[in-house]
Amino acid sequence: MSSEINLTLQVWRQPGPQAEGRFVTYEAKGISTDASFLEMLDIVNERLIENGEEPIVFESDCREGICGTCGLMINGQAHGPQKSTATCQLHMRSFSDGDHIVIEPWRATSFPVLRDLAVDRRAMDAIIASGGYISVNTGAAPDANLTPVPKETADTAFDAAACIGCGACVAACPNSAAQLFTAAKVQHLNLLPQGQAQRWARTEAMVETMEEFFGSCTNHGECEEACPKDIPIDFIAWTNRDYIKAKVKNRKLAG
Amino acid sequence: MAQTVSRVSTPPPVRSEPRVKLPWPLSIYQTAVGKKWVMGLTGVALLGFIVVHMIGNLHLYEGPLEIHEYAETLRDLGTKIVPRTWLLWAMRIGLIAAFGLHIHSAYSLSRMSWAADQRYPGGRNYIAANFASRTMRWTGPIIGLYLFYHLADLTWGWFNPDFVRGDPYHNVSESLGSIPVAILYIVANTALAVHIFHGTWSMFQSLGVNSPRYNHLRRYLAGGLAGIILVGNLSFPIFVQAGVIDDNGRSIVEELQQHEAAEGEES
Repeated sequence: MSSEINLTLQVWRQPGPQAEGRFVTYEAKGISTDASFLEMLDIVNERLIENGEEPIVFESDCREGICGTCGLMINGQAHGPQKSTATCQLHMRSFSDGDHIVIEPWRATSFPVLRDLAVDRRAMDAIIASGGYISVNTGAAPDANLTPVPKETADTAFDAAACIGCGACVAACPNSAAQLFTAAKVQHLNLLPQGQAQRWARTEAMVETMEEFFGSCTNHGECEEACPKDIPIDFIAWTNRDYIKAKVKNRKLAG
Repeated sequence: MAQTVSRVSTPPPVRSEPRVKLPWPLSIYQTAVGKKWVMGLTGVALLGFIVVHMIGNLHLYEGPLEIHEYAETLRDLGTKIVPRTWLLWAMRIGLIAAFGLHIHSAYSLSRMSWAADQRYPGGRNYIAANFASRTMRWTGPIIGLYLFYHLADLTWGWFNPDFVRGDPYHNVSESLGSIPVAILYIVANTALAVHIFHGTWSMFQSLGVNSPRYNHLRRYLAGGLAGIILVGNLSFPIFVQAGVIDDNGRSIVEELQQHEAAEGEES
């Protein structure tokens, strides 16, 4: 059942990283409830362009919830009111006619606003670059099932690997901690046999890079609620344990 | 570790490298996860003390001589091996160290989070965070200030003109007999229970004690411990006010000691 709703948007507009930002109110009339949240913003932008105004800058790519590019703070909730859903998969049927929607960018000191709703998330790339990979010999692909992986291990690692790196965990966290992102990226490799060779070096490097940019976890659990991929905070506990182990093991290796 | 990937260009780090790199294992405490680990471990120690302290205080309900006996037993702990009160002092020093580290790590991690976090002018909703987890940075200092008052009141006797050293029953009934002091104890011990409710749950995460089979029990344990400590600790000001614990201004221990001294002179 498709119908049309009228909304009032309060959107964060900021012309550049150094510029002062402010909320601007837009009327979004006749929005189809079948539209996704980003399509609704596209419609608003088309109307702004027709009126000769600057369109709202926001990031998006796949629009099917798997790339992690989009991400908006919608009415104080990362990725909006629907659980386990990225902004692009949030549909306007989640809202009612006459709703007032506040749209803000992710906010953290290490997520500086580039423009309007787009933020710089390179601090997360730095965490990945410090150890979020495995080193393998290049050449022909190895035979399938050459390395046996128990089903339960594969399932759990895959739960962690579902992280799309959108940054909602940081945005939702009152401490702006990136613990859930880092833990997911550490554990999806640490759980698997292929990740064992660099396990302790990875854990130490990624956690310490994270600590340069983000706050300290106080176990509120907000990240788990905000996560569009439902990644549980259990991975944070396992990473904390691996980190202390890594501090002992890496010291032994250093001699 | 990065062999092929050079450093990604990033916004400036929020946290700078420590000025002095401490030797291992102290260097673990210079990291945030290490500090959380220390906070969890010291939390376990402090929680253990709080439980034992509350249970020990229940001797108040047996009477003035029994709680006096209990206090003396604590001083006598380990006297067959070490001189009197040494073991008690060892535990006290351990607790003071744990308390100091707990406060320092909390302060240092809070500063780190304040530097990393930015406010949302449009507001941020809390979905998973509960009252206890959001007030840790308030209940903590309340407990710290209360602890100082509590020691000054019942250990050092600064605020109690009628203080008798070695007679807990008398001191408790004199101190908590005053309504403002009773209210202070009730407020502070409620803050303590709220702090413990989040702390007990949180420490499993920080220490990495996590097993999906038992995880659901953590909330019950946190609620149960916080509840037991709340009921036990609040019972003291309430029962003093109700007149259940009341020595009518007489110190039975003092009278006993004077009596013994007099007998000693006679013989």
